[in-house]
Amino acid sequence: MANLEKYNNAFIETFEITEDKLAGLKYQDIEAWDSVGHMGLIAALEEAFDIMMDTDDIIDFSSYEKGKEILSKSEYGVEF
Amino acid sequence: MGLLDSKVCLITGAGRGIGRETARRFAEEGAILYVTDYLEGSLDPLIGELKEKYHTDVTPLYFDVTEESAAKAAIMSVKKGHGRLDVLVNNAGIMRDNVIGMIGQKLLHDVFDINVFAVINMIQLANKLMSRQRSGSIINISSIVGLEGAAGQLVYSASKGAVAALTKAAAKELAPNGIRVNAVAPGLINTGLLQAIGENKIQENLKNVKMGRLGEPIDVANVLVFLASDLSGYVTGEIIGIDGEATV
Ligand SMILES: NC(=O)c1ccc[n+]([C@@H]2O[C@H](COP(=O)([O-])OP(=O)(O)OC[C@H]3O[C@@H](n4cnc5c(N)ncnc54)[C@H](OP(=O)(O)O)[C@@H]3O)[C@@H](O)[C@H]2O)c1
Repeated sequence: MANLEKYNNAFIETFEITEDKLAGLKYQDIEAWDSVGHMGLIAALEEAFDIMMDTDDIIDFSSYEKGKEILSKSEYGVEF
Repeated sequence: MGLLDSKVCLITGAGRGIGRETARRFAEEGAILYVTDYLEGSLDPLIGELKEKYHTDVTPLYFDVTEESAAKAAIMSVKKGHGRLDVLVNNAGIMRDNVIGMIGQKLLHDVFDINVFAVINMIQLANKLMSRQRSGSIINISSIVGLEGAAGQLVYSASKGAVAALTKAAAKELAPNGIRVNAVAPGLINTGLLQAIGENKIQENLKNVKMGRLGEPIDVANVLVFLASDLSGYVTGEIIGIDGEATV
């Protein structure tokens, strides 16, 4: 599975939303993306990419786009 | 059949004292062990002993518990090695103090960095693996002075009081994920940490222990075996005293 597909699936499965809602989606935009949902999303991404994210990055992960930027960092090495 | 057969357990600060004895008892009960300490090579004698006596699958990890990235790498290596973590014992700790009026910022930061902040960090990291498997036991080491306070030990008492509080908070938050979080509150335990206060002071304090003897690391390790094992499967958010009926 391509990385973008894995990334999108983490959002789609955690928040039970459709792909067309992803662009521009921000933390707390939808009910499912609250703090508990956020931890679920992080767990799904860590599982999908076999990584462990730093706490500061988990806190900074404020939107669909920001998340891509964070995962692209060299320590995680996820290429989109 | 051991009480911890095939359980993957990580014990911090296992080079000496309570941590080392806990590693021995866990090994005796069949645990798969990750033992950590600060000084490279300091775990060699323990590793040799556990392999010879109990044929333990034991891995040493050397890092300073206050370094977030090193702690993360340690948990990553547990994940890579065994894919799960059943038990975390947050044992590494220091006892340093001063009288009120002479408590400097460095002392405060050193004690809280190791005794409190590192513990919170390790819980966050362990939770990543334990939540996925929906099970786990996290055990923290508080202290009788964390619950009662002790004159001349404001900083250490505060740090161990924080450990008691964070244990209860974490137990509440993690129970729905099947993770238990407990702590022990030892009294006077015969280790290097206690001996540092000097023989005279130890004898003086001993007068306040109704059982009339110091605790030994094994007295703590035995309770940790219980908290790590399935025998305590419905116990969470508890702070268990191990003090021979002491008062401070
Ligand atoms: N002994 C008591 O009477 C007593 C009573 C109540 C609670 N406790 C608590 O029980 C726990 C164990 O104490 P103990 O008596 O066994 O003490 P200890 O003999 O001094 O052992 C402490 C261990 O923690 C390690 N450690 C300290 N700072 C560390 C760091 N930053 N990173 C990694 N490892 C570190 C030490 O490594 P090094 O050898 O490299 O320094 C050592 O192996 C502590 O949390 C302590 O506060 C002890």
